[in-house]
Order: sequence, then C-alpha cells, then structure tokens
Amino acid sequence: MTSLLTRRRTRIDELGGRSLTADALARLRRNPVAIVGAVIIGLFVLISIFAPLIAPHDAAAVFPELQRTLRPDSIPGSMPGFPLGSDQNGRDFFSRLILASRQTLIVGVLATLIGLVFGVLIGALAGAFGGWVDTVLMRVTDVLLSIPSLLLAISIAALAARPSQTTVIIAVALVNVPIFARLLRGAMLAQRDSDHVLAATSLGVKRNAIVVRHMLPNALGPVIVQATLTLATSILDAAALSFLGLGDGDPARAEWGLMLANAQSYLDVRPALAFYPAVAIILVALGFTLLGEAMREAIDPKGRR
Amino acid sequence: MSALLEVEDLKVAFTRRGEPDSVAVDGVGFDVEPGEIVGLVGESGCGKSVTSLAIMRLLPERGNRVTGSIRMDGADLLALSDKEMRERRGKDLSMIFQDPLSSLNPVIPVGLQVTEVLTRHRGLRKDAARREAADLLDRVGIPDPRRRLDSYPHQLSGGMRQRALIAIALACTPRLLIADEPTTALDVTIQAQILDLLKQLVAETGTALVMITHDLGVVAGLCDRVNVLYGGRIVERAERHELFRTPRHPYTHGLLGSIPRLDGPPGEELAAIRGSVNDNLPWTDACAFAPRCPRALDACTAGTPPVEERDGRLLRCLNPVGVMS
Repeated sequence: MTSLLTRRRTRIDELGGRSLTADALARLRRNPVAIVGAVIIGLFVLISIFAPLIAPHDAAAVFPELQRTLRPDSIPGSMPGFPLGSDQNGRDFFSRLILASRQTLIVGVLATLIGLVFGVLIGALAGAFGGWVDTVLMRVTDVLLSIPSLLLAISIAALAARPSQTTVIIAVALVNVPIFARLLRGAMLAQRDSDHVLAATSLGVKRNAIVVRHMLPNALGPVIVQATLTLATSILDAAALSFLGLGDGDPARAEWGLMLANAQSYLDVRPALAFYPAVAIILVALGFTLLGEAMREAIDPKGRR
Repeated sequence: MSALLEVEDLKVAFTRRGEPDSVAVDGVGFDVEPGEIVGLVGESGCGKSVTSLAIMRLLPERGNRVTGSIRMDGADLLALSDKEMRERRGKDLSMIFQDPLSSLNPVIPVGLQVTEVLTRHRGLRKDAARREAADLLDRVGIPDPRRRLDSYPHQLSGGMRQRALIAIALACTPRLLIADEPTTALDVTIQAQILDLLKQLVAETGTALVMITHDLGVVAGLCDRVNVLYGGRIVERAERHELFRTPRHPYTHGLLGSIPRLDGPPGEELAAIRGSVNDNLPWTDACAFAPRCPRALDACTAGTPPVEERDGRLLRCLNPVGVMS
C-alpha cells in the first residue's frame, strides 16, 4: 500500500514537466469520443497504407468470370475470390473499395495541408502587421468566404482543361485557404493585445521574434483543431467533385465519389454499389470530425461542460 | 546629482475621430534619481498606468497623442526611433505588470523567457544564458531553479510567477524599473514577500524603481518619495514620512483617512472620499477634485489652482489641510 504522501509526490512529479500539449493529450486520451475518432482514422490510415496488400485484385482489372454474370437486371454479389462481388463493369468491388481509400487520404491530407500552409501564411501576415496588409488580405478572404465552398471548388475545378487528381486537390485546397486565414488572423489579433505580448515588447524583444515566438504559437491552437475538421470537409468536397465528374476520370483509379456516381444508374439493380462507398465516406468524415471536436475540447478546457 | 529620469509636462490624450480628446495624463512631471524608489499613487483612472506605459512607449501606436518630454540620461525617449527604443527596453529600463499569469507566455517554458532577454541584450550564448537564468531565478527566491527553468507558467504559483517576471525584468540590470501594481493580483502574505524582494533587489543592483500603486500601505513600506496623482495631474509630492505625517492636499488626507488603523478605537467608521472620478471638473478652469473636496472654496472652481513648490514638497491646492482658513 502506498501512503498518501508518496502518491501525492508521484502526482507532483508527473505534473512537473508537463507541457500544455502533454496536458491536452492526456485529456484527449480520457475522452471516449476522441478514442472512437482516433480508432476510425487509425484503421482508415492503416487500410490505405496497406491497401495493395489487403486488396486481392487490381483496381482496373476486368474479370471475364464476373463480366459473364452481369445482366441488365442483376449484378452478382459475393462469390469465391470476390468478397463483395462485381461492380457494374466486372471488376472486383472489394478491391476497388479498399484501394479507393488511398485516393481519399491523399486528396484529403494534401488539400488540407496546402490550405493550412497558405492560410497560416496569410492569416499570420494579416494579424501580425495589420494596416493595409490586413485590409487587402481580409477583403480577398471575405470574397472567397462569401461563395459557398462546394460551388467555389466546382468553379475552380471546372477551370482546369483536363480534370485530374491534382486539380481536385488544388480546388479543395483553395477553398480551405480563407478558412484558416480568417481563423488565424482573429487569434493573432487577440494575441497582439495580450498582456504577455505587451510584456515581451516591454523587454525589447524584436518584432519578428514577438510574432513567431509569442503570438503564433499561442494563436495556432484553434487552427490545428480546424485542420482536423477541415480534413473531413476536404474529403467530402473531393468526393463531391468526383461525383460530379470533375475528378480524376481515369478508370484505373478507384475513388469513392466516382464509384458513388457510377452506382447511381444501378441503384435498383444492386444498391450495395452505392451503399459501401457512401458508408466509407461518412465513416472517415465522422472519424475526423469526432477527433477534431475532441481536440477542440482538450485544447480549451474552459469550453467543456 | 543629476536625475536618471526626468518627466516633464507629460500629456497623454486619447483621440477618437468625431469626439473630443479624452485627456488621461495632463501635464505630469517628476524626477527619479538613480537608485531611488518613487511612488505614483492614485485611484483608478488617475493616469498612473498610462504614465508608465508612456514612459516605456508602450501605448498603442494610434489613437493617442503624447506630448511633453521624458528624458533618461538626457536623451528624450519620446524622440527615439522605434528601433532605438526597442534596444533600450529590457536593457536600460524595464517594467513588471499587474497580472503575473497573463504577462508570461503560456506556451513557452519560463527558462526560455528569461534567456530570451539575456541573448537579446547581453548577447549570451545558449548554455551561458541558461546558467545565468538559473542564477537569476535563484536570486529572486525560486526554489530548485534548474528544474523550474523547464516549467511552464501555469505550473508555477502566483508568487513564483511574479518572482519569475521580476527576474526577467532585472535580467539585464536596467537602471530603471517600472512596477505597475505588481502585488495587486497576489495574496496579502505573498504581497509582502514580493515587496521585500523588490526592495532588496533594487538596493543590490542600484536600480531606480517607479512604483505604481493605489495601495498606500505599499508606498509606506517602500518609497523614498511619493507623487499623488489626481485626474491626470500630480496634486501633491513629498518625501514619504512627510506625506504620511502631514498630508497637505485634501485628497491625500482623504486617502490616508480611509485606511483602517490598528490603533484606532474599535468600531470606528472609516472616512470615505465622497463621489467618484466621474465627478471631476476639467483642470483648465477649476480644481478637478473640488466637487469631492470637503475643503473646497469658491475660488477652487474659479480657475486652475496654482502649483506651489517649497522645501522639496509640491502642492496644488488653494486650501490645504493644516492651514487655518
């Protein structure tokens, strides 16, 4: 049995060098919502990394034995070697479903990262310097934010001569830029008026150091949370673009949004063709949203009920 | 001996388009000798914090007008470029603020915030700065300073945070330290410790201290000379003992009368100063304090009361306490 004293001391030691980040992580680990979100995302990431090993067949391969069974009024379900049966073109539905996770991960992560980098750059510039820099950057941001995000993504993607994965990433990233820029700018402004920035100024700390060391790290919290939530919307937007035919047209590449679009004509014949990609999109988006919300709570304990 | 800091006719007005200027500091002037502890006392809104921010040139860039002169070693701080002023802040003059928690950067360990100043102004290398930082924390009485260097502000107690801030402010042994109500956010027991520490440190380093407070108890234990501010002007200035023994201005008198005394009869009612700063008259054609003053004469609202300076004592009153009228 440990005495109260030693337990207290262990607790003090544990708290000793714990940073805010470690503190937030500890809170995150105790939150079941975060666990569920993290498990979903973890599985999704694992599946997409090992997709070629998990998927029994190539995404583009057309199998004669599947093709032979296709009828206008029936598409075969599960059969030996093909766990979820055939898609509308005689390809292995299961393999395509698994391999598509890669496209989703790549597009979602890249679109969010690119949006984050440019958004942070713009937001930090506007928030740190204010004045006309702020005015110009924020008016442009306002214009972009005033257009519904999907509409904006569609317009940008439609500008491309030939739709491809790259144009989808660029379109979704551009939609994300103003969201991050606006969020960071607000947080930077709040930091500019904070006591510790005034205190740092009173010590003669250089302006760049104040922005980089004293303002930015304190303003990034909400942006990191937003990034997790934006991953979800990026995945949804990318899927929507493919669904509308503005994505990668290459049939060799499997993509959930495109699979969903193609399954439309066969809804009455085999609803599973639409059901599985839809569930996959929803689950992944849900996973990122759950983790994002939990992170928001963990970083800002005041917001907890 | 020439003064370290000479503030002369300092005026700070906050401007707003379409509205008359609001004058926060209205011609304040005082000197600080090297190593001296000078108090700026007054109630909320009397301009004491604005004065200190003006000296540090920390007022917002826009929306205010600062006139007069603030000379340190003969150089007018108001005339320096932003860059020159940045070089001086933290090195020649520095400041500690009211709330020790919000004055520290929450995401950086305390040690880094100490070494930041050392590398900036004294050009120390990383490991040398770290050793020096540990020494500094030790000097301000933070136990186990080596370990505390890696602590984050939220892991320290209020008193320790203020000690850390003092260590940071004194890291480059500035010749002038401005303390803006450094004990207001602390427990009474800690307040006394922090004041003792400040007193001891400025005595050791020869740093002059401008102590801004509304607490006359703080002044009584610390300051060599005291300036009493009212409505943005100094209404009385005297050496500490003089001021407490014979307060001349009715406002000073009222402030001292409103402090509970241990040797007073039990159940004694405290004297209060009637009204609030909102009742002030403009200084331009009256004494701002007149509406609240128990000794006000008709003449007090007829024009600005003249400043009288005698025997190292400054007084701005037509009918001071201790004079038969």
